[in-house]
Amino acid sequence: MNVLVCVTKTPDTTAKIGFVEQNTRFDQNGVQFIMNPYDEWYALVRALELKEAQGGKVTLISVGLADCDQVIRKGLAIGADEAVRIDMDPADSFQVASEIAAYARSGEFDLIMTGKESIESNGSEVGAMIAELMDWPFLSYASKMEMVGSTATVDLEIEGGEETVQVNTPFVISAAKGLAEQRIPNMRGIMMAKTKPLQVLPGSGAAARSSIVGYSLPKEKASVHLVDPERMDELVRLLKEEAKVL
Amino acid sequence: MDTTSTTQSRKSSAREDRYQGHDYYQLDELLQEDHLLARDAVRTWVKQEVSPIIEDYANRAECPYHLFKGLAEIGAFGPSLPAEYGGGGMDEIAYGVIMQELERGDSGIRSMASVQGSLVMYPIYKFGSEEQRRKYLPKLGSGEFIGCFGLTEPDHGSNPAGMVTNIKDDGDHVILNGAKMWITNSPVADVAVVWAKDEEGIVRGVIVEKGMPGFTAPEIHGKWSLRASITGELVFEDVRVPKTNILPNVKGMKGPLSCLSKARYGIAWGVIGAALDCYDSALRYSLEREQFGRPIAGFQLTQKKLAEMITEITKAQLLTWRLGTLANAGKATPAQISMAKRNNVNMALEIAREARQIHGGMGITNEYPVMRHMMNLETVLTYEGTHDIHLLITGMDVTGINAFS
Repeated sequence: MNVLVCVTKTPDTTAKIGFVEQNTRFDQNGVQFIMNPYDEWYALVRALELKEAQGGKVTLISVGLADCDQVIRKGLAIGADEAVRIDMDPADSFQVASEIAAYARSGEFDLIMTGKESIESNGSEVGAMIAELMDWPFLSYASKMEMVGSTATVDLEIEGGEETVQVNTPFVISAAKGLAEQRIPNMRGIMMAKTKPLQVLPGSGAAARSSIVGYSLPKEKASVHLVDPERMDELVRLLKEEAKVL
Repeated sequence: MDTTSTTQSRKSSAREDRYQGHDYYQLDELLQEDHLLARDAVRTWVKQEVSPIIEDYANRAECPYHLFKGLAEIGAFGPSLPAEYGGGGMDEIAYGVIMQELERGDSGIRSMASVQGSLVMYPIYKFGSEEQRRKYLPKLGSGEFIGCFGLTEPDHGSNPAGMVTNIKDDGDHVILNGAKMWITNSPVADVAVVWAKDEEGIVRGVIVEKGMPGFTAPEIHGKWSLRASITGELVFEDVRVPKTNILPNVKGMKGPLSCLSKARYGIAWGVIGAALDCYDSALRYSLEREQFGRPIAGFQLTQKKLAEMITEITKAQLLTWRLGTLANAGKATPAQISMAKRNNVNMALEIAREARQIHGGMGITNEYPVMRHMMNLETVLTYEGTHDIHLLITGMDVTGINAFS
């Protein structure tokens, strides 16, 4: 089983969020980056489990500049065999998906795995776009995947419940919580990662199809009013005059 | 008082570990990718495995033995030893960073790792025969064996060269007699690296195994510090040890002292972790805690404490980074290591005390880590060379005159 796992860097969850260039770019200054947890904890670890059970190879791919290398190296330390970075600063999800699909076509992969979304933009787009570009089936928000030979039985999170589907390789799957359990790289893995191949390739030239007009922060949450349960009249007044919901 | 229910209620109220590192001078830029990955891995492990249980174990003065296996799995035992002997093949800065993250969790957990790596695996690697290396190091690295290090005696602490523990020739064995005191991990250890004088009065290293007749390791109780770490004695009454268990490649005090240099180096890094945890907790608490209608972080006396803390932490970070760079080049002197150990432990202890004040009454409870760190650091100030002895080592180094013997 040869698996291509798509990984991206995201700001650490404690990062202070701000924007530059007329609010069209995220201000990366002083921000710590981590591997997107859905890519790391679920997609990558499930891919490693498949390799451990069936043999094969796990390849990481990331579309980004050299500052992605630390995240890629972590994936190699956790156990991926090799990695590819497409050296460009992508402008939208379509550009990312196009580059990954272009690379995937050049190799012999049975499966492409992504996280269900990146935790900073929550787009959930790249996996579906790769599947479309590859003309492969797409399974989104997978919380369980059992593989027998080339047939996978997959539980998917759907609104209000779960759906179980069967699919044959090759396919694209996006990983949700439950698909695997986080693995912490050990020191030996970290040292082995230093010598694993990380290939840097130029982009294929696929154009972006959208551009960012602007970012804005959500409104700060207003403070909570606590109303004495004896004072229903005050509650009604606040709902009418301040919340304006009555 | 019903202590069981108290323990349970405290345990259930354990706060989420919201620790974040602090890097005021962008020193991360001086670290390599593998250092950052090692730090991230150990920090994640500590948040998952140590933080949720440490207050409870420290409260009950019990050692979380199950963490030995976990420490081995992440590679915290002997990370700077070669991989073929069970180590990690990393450099000295990586080792320091690992110790820092472990001690951020608890000095006792860091002690478990530094004893195993610096005081047991290191001397077997450095001074042992090839057979001894093959026999012990992989099992120590994987946590299958727990090790301890016997140098300090009841009557010989700062003056280890005065030791009375001794070995006498008995054909292809030696007969070991004596006692060692304040030995981390001793009651649970499978192997002990013991330093003893031969019949000519020369200090030799001897590997003693659990179960050898005449060897016991009673536990020391009643510690108000390193409560989650197990400490004991080593007692030898006519213990017959095969001569093949003597470390062949070292004679004299330079054997144990070179191990202590390794361990002290790890402590110099480690205590920065304890200091950072205290600072991190104090900073967050002072921003959340309001008095007189505003966060206490807004008051000048709180800011003085916080500003001095991060200043001292930054200085200690720079000191250890430079010491690590020297150690990687094989140029760090024992006296330089003494200076860093002494300075940084004292720095951490003072920060723990100041952080305790910022937390007010909450600072004395196990809702916050600061008083546990403070109590732990009282031990760290004394073990592996006391605060005063390290000062005199610096004094001797700069004057050329020995002031302590």
